[in-house]
Amino acid sequence: MARVSRFQNFFFQLPRNVFSGFVVSLVALPLGLGLALASNAPPLSGIIAAVVGGVTVAILGGSQVTITGPGNGLVVVLLSSISLLGEGDLYQGYLFTLAAIVISGVLLFCFGAFKLGSIGEFFPSSALQGMLAAIGIGILSKQFHVMLGFTDVSGKPIDLILLIPNSFYRIFENPTSSILIASILGLTSLIVLFLYSKLRAPVFRLIPAPMWVVLLAIGLSYYFEYFSSAITPFNSDLLISIPSDILNSFPFPDFDKFFKLSFWGVVISLTLIATIESLLSIKAVDKLDPQKRRSNINKDLRALGLATVISGLIGGLNVVTVIARSSVNVNNGATNRSSNFFHASFLFLFIILFQDQIQRIALPALAAILVYTGYKLAAPRNILRIMQIGKEQLAIFLLTLFSTLFSGIIVGISVGILSTFIIHIIINNSFFLFSRNLLKPNVLMFREEESKNYYVSVKNFCSFLNFYKLKNKLDEIPESDHVILDFSLCEFVDHTVMEGINDYRRVFSRKGGVFEIIGLDVHLADTQHPFAIRKVLPIKEFFTLSRNLTKRQLSLEKLSKVLNLNYSPEMTSESKNLDLFIYFKTKIINYQNNQLNSEENNFSIFDLSYSEGAFIAKEDLRATFLLVNVKQKIPSFILDKERFLDSLSSRLGYFDINFNKYPNFSKQFFLSGSDRLAVRSLFKDSLIKFLEQNPLYYIESRKNQLLIKGKDRLMSIEEIKNLLSFATGVVSIIKTER
Amino acid sequence: MLYFNIIFISVKKELFNKILIGFAFSPNLKANVFEALRLADFFNASLFFLHVGEKTESKESAFLKILKASPLSNKITLLWKKGDPVNTIISACKENKIDLLLLGALKRENMLKFYLGSIARKLTRRSRCSVLLLIDPSIENTPAQHIVVNAFDNSEAEKTILKAFSFAFASKIPKITLVEEINRSDLNLNVYDDRSLRRTTLKKEKIKRRELTRITKILKKIPSNFKENIKINTQSIFGTRGYSIGHYAKVKRADLLIMTSNEKKDSFFSKFFPKDLDYILGELPANVLILKNSKHG
Repeated sequence: MARVSRFQNFFFQLPRNVFSGFVVSLVALPLGLGLALASNAPPLSGIIAAVVGGVTVAILGGSQVTITGPGNGLVVVLLSSISLLGEGDLYQGYLFTLAAIVISGVLLFCFGAFKLGSIGEFFPSSALQGMLAAIGIGILSKQFHVMLGFTDVSGKPIDLILLIPNSFYRIFENPTSSILIASILGLTSLIVLFLYSKLRAPVFRLIPAPMWVVLLAIGLSYYFEYFSSAITPFNSDLLISIPSDILNSFPFPDFDKFFKLSFWGVVISLTLIATIESLLSIKAVDKLDPQKRRSNINKDLRALGLATVISGLIGGLNVVTVIARSSVNVNNGATNRSSNFFHASFLFLFIILFQDQIQRIALPALAAILVYTGYKLAAPRNILRIMQIGKEQLAIFLLTLFSTLFSGIIVGISVGILSTFIIHIIINNSFFLFSRNLLKPNVLMFREEESKNYYVSVKNFCSFLNFYKLKNKLDEIPESDHVILDFSLCEFVDHTVMEGINDYRRVFSRKGGVFEIIGLDVHLADTQHPFAIRKVLPIKEFFTLSRNLTKRQLSLEKLSKVLNLNYSPEMTSESKNLDLFIYFKTKIINYQNNQLNSEENNFSIFDLSYSEGAFIAKEDLRATFLLVNVKQKIPSFILDKERFLDSLSSRLGYFDINFNKYPNFSKQFFLSGSDRLAVRSLFKDSLIKFLEQNPLYYIESRKNQLLIKGKDRLMSIEEIKNLLSFATGVVSIIKTER
Repeated sequence: MLYFNIIFISVKKELFNKILIGFAFSPNLKANVFEALRLADFFNASLFFLHVGEKTESKESAFLKILKASPLSNKITLLWKKGDPVNTIISACKENKIDLLLLGALKRENMLKFYLGSIARKLTRRSRCSVLLLIDPSIENTPAQHIVVNAFDNSEAEKTILKAFSFAFASKIPKITLVEEINRSDLNLNVYDDRSLRRTTLKKEKIKRRELTRITKILKKIPSNFKENIKINTQSIFGTRGYSIGHYAKVKRADLLIMTSNEKKDSFFSKFFPKDLDYILGELPANVLILKNSKHG
């Protein structure tokens, strides 16, 4: 039955997927041509990658609404590879590079087959951002000149950027009509791309921005052909050339350089970028999927690897999952992988049917699309965001950015990883924290038998180096459940992890679950940013960290506003005479923080750090307490879970008070007080029934104060809310009873 | 009733009759001695103090002074022996038919982390009698509240649980948690998409129920007077065996962790892989009692 209905569903949804596939192909056509041209490869190689990728991954892939094709991250590697391996001969270089592409496809397939999809987690977030920004600058610097109509400018990215004013100067130096038309087309295209997001008119929205640019270029070409006296507005090097017999002219990879070191450098760079770009895109697209499905990353990697091998064998570029096209796909109502297949089919049709029109697209228009892409990758806004997270993140970002620009991807990402690690060592002032614990397991996950919540505790440190261990456990929790993630045994949490768990929090709240993080409140952070590095006291002076509120503290603050309470996150040693309570008789109170006070000062909730034991500290504890003032005097009593022999050891002089009328209550609770009769008179039917119906809390009274405590750990926000309503109930019952 | 009583007696007898503690004149000596005395008192066991090194008058009088300070008095034997500490202690255990060896842990500097020194580690491995590792001995009595027991499915599970209950009974510990560690690598628990997640979650629930039935069956065999005033919890954990239980004991602030050691002799390859006990010995989460199969050293 399920199979039939699934098939029916697929059938009903077919028109939507055909449509979104069509829209995506409108974007994929200019991007495929442009990315190939930017790599110095034949323009069709990009289209081959998209067609092969679309078909293969649609059939074998493990994700739902992703689109596959040539990726922008690979442009820089392919560009340098083609000129490096070809030693001047671009076409020969292209054939050598095809061989590297085939091998990288094999590697990618192996990653998937050996379930190494988590390899993407080993890169520090800021280093990845730096690398992507460098790729963006690499694309932008080269294509900016092409956009202005000059294809002869070359060099390192930095030199190319410095040459941009020179190219502008060349336009005005010798303003021939062809140069002017080319640069005007390029700049107009760029303006169209930048303005497109601002134009909300449905007429413009009908066609995606890159297609507008393509139509502009083709239109211009027709205009000059039919209405202008000038014969050819563009030089031939500014036009796309497609072999006339497409289906019979596939180039074949040349494996002659297989044993050269430079060849393997290219293979590794290609594999690295293809994996990272695909994994990042799949993760990002999963967040967009309206049906909230989880992609099978390893299956997708296998399909991408296979697609890359096929694509490389017939002259295409690497196949990766691409984020921009995928988001267009989602926005146009795609529901499953078939849209990827239709996108490939439409591309194939375009190439067969509109060969002539495609050859009319002038390069400046395509270059404008790439400049825009490069700008998006390296947007100054990204740098600003990273700066807000912390100075050390900016340092990592810039180090990676510049080393990638100067020495290539492999050196760049290595520098990023190394610098991140060194900064972590400096912040913690300890190498041993990492070396001693790196290979050991550090995550405990279990489902609490009473509450059915998942409790996850992380020990020692949690950074990009071992985040995969935490991820593996978190991935096993259904996202509609309640998770409490406890960092109180963890001395150091880095930015990559903070960002990663925030993704989890979002997924959980999307799917109706709750994802709460506790135990970060005593950690210090450098900035207000929620993803900043967190470090337990004491602090090291270098990259000093100052205090900032955690997620839990912010939620507490929010809760305090809703309930009209005063909130103070600061640590204070004011003890509220707590040590007079029997509970603290054998304990030492260190400090309290995260205090919620009522206006009339009749109750407060706070996190308390205290230690237990004969010596300085047998164990340091932190738990959430509620202290409430009752108007009238109440007999002193202790109410706790019934425990054998407690009365003999720590509660000397107290005896369990049982009620014949309530055997269950008497069995469940340990109740004791100095004045037994008074206590008996306080515990009337209504109170006992109320207590029986609620979860067990430790309650102790002293004069006119009640101290209430739940579990032996900090409470999550939900638990605090429950505690509050419980306390309100108890107090109101006591009031009416007296 | 009679049936239970018989088991009771045999259990009581089976637990520890002879306890040995090696002592050196460290700042912790008094606390260690007091802990040992308390323990011997709980089990009504005779106690052996062994010093590896020269016997001198001053040493002896210093030690006797400490003994006198304790309110408890048991059958005490003092042993003085020379030689390599590991071998000496092992052979002393054999000679005297010791069934529990007490060892103290070391504290990592300015951190609340405890680990075993190299001698204690060797002793733990080589000793054929049970070993109790004390992390933070104190002179005053701080009553223990919570025992965590490793109850994973092995041939020794039943014995371990029985011993844990008699330990709790003898030392008046009110709460026991039985932890079933389920090794993830033993099951094919791979989550890669929604469907496999659902499948895995169901599979886990099934295993959990199975484990619970197993434990309940064992619990039924425990004499009821052992269980009467003890709160019994069970918790199954899917994680690395030998690691998760330590982390759990730490999170739950257990006072005592009871493990069974059924390690085979080190083969060449096994040296390269962490064994069940390695994680615990590297960082002691609480006092740890390691039960060994053979009865006498």
